Amino acid sequence: MAIDKMEQSLRPPQLELKSFPSKIITLASGEEMIVREAKREEVGVILGTIQPLMGVQKDFYDIVASRMYAEVLGWYEYRVANEFVLVGVIKGEIAGIVNSRLADGKTGMSFHTMTIKRGLRIGAQLFAAKMEHHIDILGNDEVHIVAESPIGFKRWMIEYALEDRSDQYPLLRHELGGVPTFTLTRELWDRVKADKCTGFRPVPPEKLATALKLKMPSEYPQIPGFKRG
Amino acid sequence: MREVSIVGIGHTVFGNLSDFDLVDVMGFASGNALDDAGIREEREIIEQVFVANMGGGILNHQTGIASSLVSRMDMEPAMAELIENGPASGASAVKMGYMAIASGMVDVVMVTGGELMRTVTGWEGTDFVASLLHPEAEYNYGLTLPAYGGMFTRMYMERYGLTERDLGLVAVKDHQNGEKNPYAHVRVPCTIDAIHDNENAHVINNYIAEPLRMYGMCPVSDGAASLILCANDSPKMKYFTKEKPILISGIGSATDTHCVHNRKDPLILDAVRLAAERAYAMAELKPADISFAELHDAFVILELAISEEIGFFPRGKAAEAVRNGVTAIDGAKPVNTSGGLKSKGHPVGATGVSQVFELVKQLREQGEEGRQVKNPKHGMAVNFGGFGNNVVAIICSKGEE
Repeated sequence: MAIDKMEQSLRPPQLELKSFPSKIITLASGEEMIVREAKREEVGVILGTIQPLMGVQKDFYDIVASRMYAEVLGWYEYRVANEFVLVGVIKGEIAGIVNSRLADGKTGMSFHTMTIKRGLRIGAQLFAAKMEHHIDILGNDEVHIVAESPIGFKRWMIEYALEDRSDQYPLLRHELGGVPTFTLTRELWDRVKADKCTGFRPVPPEKLATALKLKMPSEYPQIPGFKRG
Repeated sequence: MREVSIVGIGHTVFGNLSDFDLVDVMGFASGNALDDAGIREEREIIEQVFVANMGGGILNHQTGIASSLVSRMDMEPAMAELIENGPASGASAVKMGYMAIASGMVDVVMVTGGELMRTVTGWEGTDFVASLLHPEAEYNYGLTLPAYGGMFTRMYMERYGLTERDLGLVAVKDHQNGEKNPYAHVRVPCTIDAIHDNENAHVINNYIAEPLRMYGMCPVSDGAASLILCANDSPKMKYFTKEKPILISGIGSATDTHCVHNRKDPLILDAVRLAAERAYAMAELKPADISFAELHDAFVILELAISEEIGFFPRGKAAEAVRNGVTAIDGAKPVNTSGGLKSKGHPVGATGVSQVFELVKQLREQGEEGRQVKNPKHGMAVNFGGFGNNVVAIICSKGEE
């Protein structure tokens, strides 16, 4: 599609990002989750996955879903620079989504982590994959992180013992707003990743094939009785 | 003493209920019990309410909970008291309810246990539970209940050859049951491959208090359970026609040293054994007579150790029983048919009441498909307070057909 001058002027400059190599994780239930990078043309199914959760107040799904929806749409429409989206896929269905962006070549800005299928620490694994991508693959030195729910605070700030950088406000401000900014440094990541991050590569082709065509979840534990129209 | 039966049961889902306040949650379970007993409109017949809760004052900044519940349920002027006995508060409250009726003081009692624990971080929750330890000899040295669970497990492994895989098998069995329990907190199955055998397992099932891993620990839960008790010889028994009453046939409790290091052998849980022996004696039953049991597996090692201490298996042999499927739902001695604390969850004040709820449900043969013990006659619950320093055992019986 031809991009006119006005549209061109609206788009931010982009860094060239290495792609995330897909991996496969066996969850506690025995199910296999493939974690892979989402493609721009898959935005429709990702937004369709997020949208029903925008009305779920419990556990702050509403704010996380609404913001993630806007961020993913912004990525699709070239309004956010250097963003990437990873999806966790079980039997072809999206089980969780994480997104993030690079502020510059050395600094990551973690956006959101959303778990659809719960009780299997899918969010924890996807968050770890996001950090792995930032630090091990994209070569960032540190990633800034905020939490918008108690679950996030327990999972990231406490379990990772992230560095509290809130004393650097307003010099350091996470892009998601004024909530205290915490940081995962390369040193901290190297210390914790063996206990936090897992998965095998390469994903066997026949298993990867099951995750290539993304499907929206058929049910949401957060929305009892949900039926996709 | 008068015979006492359970004539109504209620339960909330266990999990994250932090949208509600503590008394709301207790009220939901109590309402369910009144409905189950068929006396919501006649609830003035309840003369006494016992409320089990361990941490309302600390976790929820709420005291006077028993009177608050009575008021919330519009049950004044029923007598009401709070029972706090650590994680055994629930079964202690059932015991108090039993005693109040058996003594002849009252005819009908409601026992409700509840806890809201997810309003604080995991660290604060762990610290709260650790407040039951000896303040100077244990707590001040940084001991926590998970730490005790880990040390107990290591010692047991060294003495009896228990493996981490065996511990995983207990979790797998509990989750198989919990998956089918609509009230359970963690209703997802787990496989031994994923939580132990697989190369991913060290991350998926990470250490919490080595050698105990995440799947060796109960979750931190909110929730409540409630029971209605009535004297068998009371004229008020006429109100309870909806369900067959389930007899409380035996109750025993015992204490042990506050500090674990003061015991001759930390692996010997004297209070568990004595509580069970007292319950067996009162019920005139033996371990072999018990059809199934709910055992306090805050850490999966406790399911094994308690099952040995109450005479189900010889010392050091419970893991073999698990390996052979003896404690599975279709085994000869099903244990933790509800999913146990491991899968169902452990809102501490609710747990003992919830265990008895499960006994009644099984004895009424109302378990969900795949979660019903075949032809149960007697069920036993063991509610474990402290690190075994205050234990309550309760036996319920179906009675004559």
